Amino acid sequence: MDIYLPIAAVSVDVVVLLGLGAVVGFLSGVFGVGGGFLLTPFLIFIGIPPAVAVASSANQLVGASVSGVIAHWRRGNVDFHMGAVLLIGGFAGSALGVWVFALLRRLGQVELTVSIAYVVLLGTLGALMLVESTRAILRRNRAGAGRRKLHQHMWIHGLPLKMRFRRSKLYISAIVPTGLGFVVGVLSAIMGIGGGFVMVPAMIYMLGMPTAVVPGTSLLQIIFVAANVTVLQAAGNGTVDAVLALMLLIGGVIGAQFGSRFGSRLRGEQLRALLALLVLLVAAKLARDLGLRPEDLYSVVVVGSE
Amino acid sequence: MFLLLLASLGLAAAAGGARGQALVADLTNHLVAITTGFTGTSVVLFGATDGSGDVIVVVRGPERDMTVRRKSKVAQVWVNTRQVTFQSVPSFYSIASNKPLDDIAPAAVRQLHQIGLDNLRLNTEASLSPEETEEFRSALLRNEARAGLFPPGVGQVTFLGDRLFRTDIRFPANVPTGIYLVQVFLVRDKAVVSGQTTPLVVSEIGVDADVHDFADRYALLYGLAAITLAALVGWIATLPFRNA
Repeated sequence: MDIYLPIAAVSVDVVVLLGLGAVVGFLSGVFGVGGGFLLTPFLIFIGIPPAVAVASSANQLVGASVSGVIAHWRRGNVDFHMGAVLLIGGFAGSALGVWVFALLRRLGQVELTVSIAYVVLLGTLGALMLVESTRAILRRNRAGAGRRKLHQHMWIHGLPLKMRFRRSKLYISAIVPTGLGFVVGVLSAIMGIGGGFVMVPAMIYMLGMPTAVVPGTSLLQIIFVAANVTVLQAAGNGTVDAVLALMLLIGGVIGAQFGSRFGSRLRGEQLRALLALLVLLVAAKLARDLGLRPEDLYSVVVVGSE
Repeated sequence: MFLLLLASLGLAAAAGGARGQALVADLTNHLVAITTGFTGTSVVLFGATDGSGDVIVVVRGPERDMTVRRKSKVAQVWVNTRQVTFQSVPSFYSIASNKPLDDIAPAAVRQLHQIGLDNLRLNTEASLSPEETEEFRSALLRNEARAGLFPPGVGQVTFLGDRLFRTDIRFPANVPTGIYLVQVFLVRDKAVVSGQTTPLVVSEIGVDADVHDFADRYALLYGLAAITLAALVGWIATLPFRNA
């Protein structure tokens, strides 16, 4: 059954949208990331205009992360104080990101920028995660390795404006989470992602937060950054398709339930290794497409529609 | 587009004034409604002539400016490097006739009335060599054909007897909205002797139209509504697991 999407102005099979939402929801349930990094490229692949795909993914993320935060909050695993500081940076970053996005549209380089951003980010993170998780798996197999330090001391910990984050058991400079929020905000606007796959590793390795509070806190700030991006995209670029987002969400919430059940059966480092492979796979596919000669070197757009 | 309409109407009036109604045509439906389940549709055009002659039907969608971009390889990556904008390109163009166009009207006549994709006048402000213009022009036509908006070939106009004729006008699922012009030409002895232009409205109807309209008019409010709705769905999804 086809459904006509009012803003994207294309007819798409409902089953495809629900299925896509379910797959992404499943992955986010398993790995605790939003799955936007998979969603946006797939939407573009099934014929949604890139600008609409990016903006509507952000809209879908709002709902998906509300679900996630509520679940984590019931277990007491959300650091609201840290979330607020991340958000200050996040808002500033997403405003800049939406502005950059509009500029790229005028230059006709949205597609290229989004693709390159994905390749670089996914490639780097995927590789780092794969190395880290493989090491963890090997260490576990060797058994009885030394206790891990609470967190390493780096140059980051010498910065001024120190703040105490009780829930995360941290005493660090507010500049670090603000900056992290800013970077994720920019990415969110340009790539249509919540940035969970950037945020989660950064919170663990850069901020040194306890693993238990990371997914909930990351999702908390994603709610607001994604909401901000959605409103800015709707008002500035008119590219948010609420019907599309809703279809994806319905599939997503169902998939997430199955995903989290499946995820609880796997060990942390195995999960991270699997996620790393998945991320690398997407990056490799996008990188290959960049260098592949397009079927038609020419493309056509209606002026002002992109 | 408007000038074209005037010209056609003038032509019809002149021909009509000279010898009564040489050509009468109408559509079975003047509105193509795009609803949630829209997968394309067809509209029947029927009409009568006052004697012998051939009929050509041209359907033109609302005009818009189109940018054609060309990719080239820069450091192993395909990048949009050149772009040309064409003004007032019909968003849809299809043609039908009762005989091959070559047998009906000479090239000069077809060019005058922009009959056939080859004769579509596409203007650009960019200063291009004739070869480049042709390259970008054909790229535009090729892309629009691939999108189903410039259906290739010539559709069939069927005569029922000597004077009555009909044709099916097909619209794909991605048909752009707006006011279309259906031009009917009556050709006798290699000259257009009569013409008629009938408007056809393609419009979103129902919920989709309301959503699009709302998104256009109250963009900020639409954005806020979109996130509220999403958050609501997200919250509802957690309710069954409250006590888990």
